[in-house]
Amino acid sequence: MSIAALAQSMGITLKALFSKPVTIPYPDAPVPLKPRFHGRHVLTRHPNGLEKCIGCSLCAAACPAYAIYVEAAENDPQNPVSAGERYARVYEINMLRCIFCGLCEEACPTGAVVMGYDFEMADYRYSDFVYGKEDMLVEVEGTKPQRREAAYTGKPVKRGYSVPYVRAELEGFKPPK
Amino acid sequence: MNQTQRKHPRMGCLYTRLAFGAPLLAGLALAAEATPAASSSATDPLWMVGLKAFLVIFGLLTAFAYMTLIERRLLARIQIRQGPNRVGPDGLLQPLADAIKSIFKEDLVVARADKVVFVLAPMISVTFAVLTFGLIPFGPKDAFFGYDPWVIDLDVGILYVFAVSEIAIYGIFLAGWASNSKYSLLGSLRSSASLISYELALGISLLAPVLLVGSLNLREIVEWQHQNGWLVLYALPAFAIFLLTSMAEAARTPFDLPEAEQELVGGYNTEYSSIKWALFQMAEYIHLITASALIPTLFLGGWRMPGFMEQIPLIGGLFALPYLWMFVKIALFLFFFIWVRGTLFRLRYDQLMVFSWGRLFPLALAWFLLSAMVVAFKWPVAVLGWLSLLSLVVFSAYVILTAKPKPRALPRMGAGD
Repeated sequence: MSIAALAQSMGITLKALFSKPVTIPYPDAPVPLKPRFHGRHVLTRHPNGLEKCIGCSLCAAACPAYAIYVEAAENDPQNPVSAGERYARVYEINMLRCIFCGLCEEACPTGAVVMGYDFEMADYRYSDFVYGKEDMLVEVEGTKPQRREAAYTGKPVKRGYSVPYVRAELEGFKPPK
Repeated sequence: MNQTQRKHPRMGCLYTRLAFGAPLLAGLALAAEATPAASSSATDPLWMVGLKAFLVIFGLLTAFAYMTLIERRLLARIQIRQGPNRVGPDGLLQPLADAIKSIFKEDLVVARADKVVFVLAPMISVTFAVLTFGLIPFGPKDAFFGYDPWVIDLDVGILYVFAVSEIAIYGIFLAGWASNSKYSLLGSLRSSASLISYELALGISLLAPVLLVGSLNLREIVEWQHQNGWLVLYALPAFAIFLLTSMAEAARTPFDLPEAEQELVGGYNTEYSSIKWALFQMAEYIHLITASALIPTLFLGGWRMPGFMEQIPLIGGLFALPYLWMFVKIALFLFFFIWVRGTLFRLRYDQLMVFSWGRLFPLALAWFLLSAMVVAFKWPVAVLGWLSLLSLVVFSAYVILTAKPKPRALPRMGAGD
């Protein structure tokens, strides 16, 4: 180790001292996520407002963690919920069991269930981790605890991430500003 | 004293003492002899000295607290992190939080420890670390609201600094011994060995400027520098050695053997917790702050502005401004120490010892002898300036000549090899 090398290393640290820290102060600043991040699932809709999910349970079959429970029902032809013959009357994902592998998304024949970006799902009660349709449809913003807090404080839901763009599969999904 | 010795009292003294192999004592005694009539001060009333002592201790402890924060922030920025910024605005209350935490943590005393010494050791460390700082002059006479801006004005100034900082080593050694733990004992042995080794080079490196000035009094050293130019010009090698050794004295990174966290369990303070542990940290930081105040005082003109800036019309008036330049210089050295800590690695124990005994000690001794020669033969001081320049040239040549060529890329170890 020569003295010249020591001086050189002092220069390197001085340069680092004046560079911007790479730290992201997460709760204060949003986490920049990649567009293909595997977050909380989103149940998407067709452009005409009908749900894409047809209640086929292929996602539940594909799920390695047995986290998905689907109960199908016949559509009312006059007033259909989904675009197919049947729709998911109950669609639940247990977020404590889910391993966020994305196999449900791959198995879905209609592209109804898609991995989203929300990950702040920490909660108090076991039952609060079971997300139903009302928690996952595309127009719903944030996770259960986030929406609970928003209702409590009267402020809009604060989602702690940012994405450069939303991938095409998340049709109609609005990313946080 | 015979006739020849009376003619050259300095030389006679020098040679006899050197023959006894105690150059440190010799040089200090020599300088004391060379001192003109002892300048007595002690003009301040006792209550004022007490108040200033309190202010210094209070300031030092606050500075210590905030130095921990500044150091953590700077180290973080060197590592491209942000550092502690959660407590208070921008982390400014972090020292307070740390203080509260270390006071209320469980204060363990090892069952088979020597209880009295165990409690005494951190106190010794801190007390003797604090004692040195009162010597540093922060301005001209009467600059502190009509009183002197130093606590004590000792004619044996530097001697006192050494005496006190040597006693601080007792704190470390007693801590290791009283803990009744093998790790602590080994750590304290290591640290006292390294501290004492570096104290030697530290002392001898200081002899050269002391010889030149002819006084051990810090205030007079500053005045001498005002008249003749900064001592770093006349004693560059001594300055370099003093810088390195005071880093070692404060147990800072390239020489932080005393508390090599990664290899020892924590060194001499392994068995300490809570506020006692914090006191050791405090002592270390105060040593650091004291070193950063001593180096400018001894080598860089003390509390005065750089001489050449006196000529500049607008800021020339700040020349004799007390406090400001001292604080600037202290801050610069503190930054330097943190910067070094953020960059360099720790030396191995044997490397540490070789560096002290094999490099710094002979170098300091050689420079001391050169200075002594210049002083004894009454050569002009400028000779030492040229010698300093020469040493810089030699050092640069050494650096350039020993710079290793860029290593060739290693042969690839693939499947074909």
